[in-house]
Amino acid sequence: MAGILLDVHNLTKRFGGLLAVSKVDFTLEQGALASIIGPNGAGKTTFFNMLTGLYTPDTGTITFDAHSLVGKRSDQITALRLARTFQNIRLFGNMSVIENVLVGMHTRLRQNIPDALFRTRRFHDDEAAAHKRAEEILNYVGLQGAGNELAKNLPYGAQRRVEIARALAVEPKLILLDEPTAGMNPQETQDAMALFRRLRDDKGITVLLIEHDMRVVMGISERITVLDYGEKIAEGTPEQVRKNQHVIEAYLGRGTTQAALA
Amino acid sequence: MTTSAGRNWRQTLGGWLNRGALPYALIFGVLILGTYQVYESPRSLMAFLILMSTPVLVYYLRVKTWFKVAMLVALAVGVIPVVGVRNIFYLEVVFQICVFAALALGLNIVVGFAGLLDLGYVAFYAVGAYSWAIFGSKQLSILHTVPGAAPASAPFALRPEWFWFFLFAGVALAGLTGLLLGLPVLRLKGDYLAIVTLGFGEVIRVLANNLDKPLNLTNGPQGITPIQRPPLPPAFIMQPVEAWLGALVGHPVTDAEMYNVFFYFMALAVILIVILVARRLDDSKLGRAWTAIREDETAAVAMGIPLVRAKLAAFAAGASFAGCMGVLLAANRTFVSPESFSFLQSIGVLTMVILGGVGSIPGVLVGAAVVVILNIQVLQSLSSYLSQLRQSDAVIPLINFPWKDLSTQLDPAKYQKFLFGIILVVMMIFRPAGIIPAERRKRELAREEPVEDETPAPPDKAKA
Repeated sequence: MAGILLDVHNLTKRFGGLLAVSKVDFTLEQGALASIIGPNGAGKTTFFNMLTGLYTPDTGTITFDAHSLVGKRSDQITALRLARTFQNIRLFGNMSVIENVLVGMHTRLRQNIPDALFRTRRFHDDEAAAHKRAEEILNYVGLQGAGNELAKNLPYGAQRRVEIARALAVEPKLILLDEPTAGMNPQETQDAMALFRRLRDDKGITVLLIEHDMRVVMGISERITVLDYGEKIAEGTPEQVRKNQHVIEAYLGRGTTQAALA
Repeated sequence: MTTSAGRNWRQTLGGWLNRGALPYALIFGVLILGTYQVYESPRSLMAFLILMSTPVLVYYLRVKTWFKVAMLVALAVGVIPVVGVRNIFYLEVVFQICVFAALALGLNIVVGFAGLLDLGYVAFYAVGAYSWAIFGSKQLSILHTVPGAAPASAPFALRPEWFWFFLFAGVALAGLTGLLLGLPVLRLKGDYLAIVTLGFGEVIRVLANNLDKPLNLTNGPQGITPIQRPPLPPAFIMQPVEAWLGALVGHPVTDAEMYNVFFYFMALAVILIVILVARRLDDSKLGRAWTAIREDETAAVAMGIPLVRAKLAAFAAGASFAGCMGVLLAANRTFVSPESFSFLQSIGVLTMVILGGVGSIPGVLVGAAVVVILNIQVLQSLSSYLSQLRQSDAVIPLINFPWKDLSTQLDPAKYQKFLFGIILVVMMIFRPAGIIPAERRKRELAREEPVEDETPAPPDKAKA
């Protein structure tokens, strides 16, 4: 395996009296496919929001691809090729599907305002290449032909795919997926899992998921990190995590350990 | 249900009108009829409205692009100057439409494209107007005098040719003001931003009102006058134009009339540039970024859009359009005063944007035209008609009420704001996306309504 892509050290975030994330250390290797799990309110999304610059951590360091992310704005972090999706889908509803993907390419396009005003050659080349790439990405996630639909008119599962397509348009090294299969039916979930594997296997993108669906988590993650009340309580392969006593207690409560293991 | 019935009705009418050469004949006919009518009876409001319906027909009927361009050029370059010189009031109307259309297009970038509510937009207009007003008048020569006490012999500070420089300087200055205002306030969202921009608009107006001391920069509430106009183009251009116009109009054309024609063409040029710039910005990476910000700021920033920079670009672009028109207005009126830049003006421009269709360039143009024509033509002519009736011995039929006794309080011109309020309320109920909704909204509707050539959508999809 290649080197460390993401290195988080001693990350803490406090909201008033609530310790949302507490002294979390976390590393992710290049090309990994990993998950973060934990009960509701465990601080998973807060953790993502700190990685992507939406929240500023109180303490700790985040190093991504040799850049320190703490103190950088969201758009600067995205420009370093770290993309994300959202737990509650946040598409640009009144834009077409292809426009959503084109917005994802914002940091990758070379045109500037004078180019747009004078319609230079660079502008035309840039736009043509962007449209072509957007079509390719849509095909890749299985949305061929849906480019001109308004994003908000698509069914739920397709909207999740558009969000992934939009994140792929960033040409990410690391993609953070926040509960990407929430609300999907079993068939859609299967397709989504296959897609996540392909992202890593064909495109070499490192994938980090937050997930509640244990079939997904256990099915595709190579490493799992468990958060509970903002603290990291376990880490390891699916097998190790499944048997971890702290994890079982966190999910099922104290005293059930023996029963669950039996 | 009513909307789909309305759409069918419109489709039927459209299908009926768009057969063969009919749309061509219709547009051409209306243009000729309007021209003839206005030429023959220059005071008739109906005639003018017929003429002004040509661009509307051009927009709605399906004809080849070259024909559209030809008809619009014929109207703008051939017809309007001629009928405008016959009744100089029409040139004033069209000039005002151009000025407000440019303002509305600028505001449309901020409000329509980027979704930032700006209630002090007219401040940028003021910056442009005052920039030429201060430098293009005697103001710099009388900095140390009290307003009103300036000697009439004071010299102009700059030659009138500097106007051309200030046309660009006004753009830059207003754009810069947009940036300076934007930097501290664009971190605010929604209502908070609206309130701050409202405050900014007032600050500029109050500054203009009070900067007559310690140095008399703006001449206070009295305003600055005279402001120089740029020299007319050289004689070798002017003489043939004057001769040609004079022959068509039927009397020799004076310099004052030529100035009106000249300003009309300048306003037309500015509006064309503004439309081009707005369209090209909208259809680019920046335009997509604006729409994304309007739709969902958090998602936009997560896609790598630098929020503050994109919003600043919107503010600066919108402001610079207003600055350009400000310079033009100062020269055209030869007079500026703080009164012209009140809060109600900002609201007026916002009304044009909302009435025409937020985010829609053709919509905003129509919005500006409708508001200006209503304001200075329709209501005025209703008023004068009413006052004519009042002087006659006519009575209102059925109730036998003599027009003479009608209170002057019922003058339609006094009900301008009231009428606009009603129009806005009615529009928001029946056509909330504006007279010509933005493409985005139209596409949304088109999904429910299959195009003629395509197979009809399955019923469940059509209902969705």
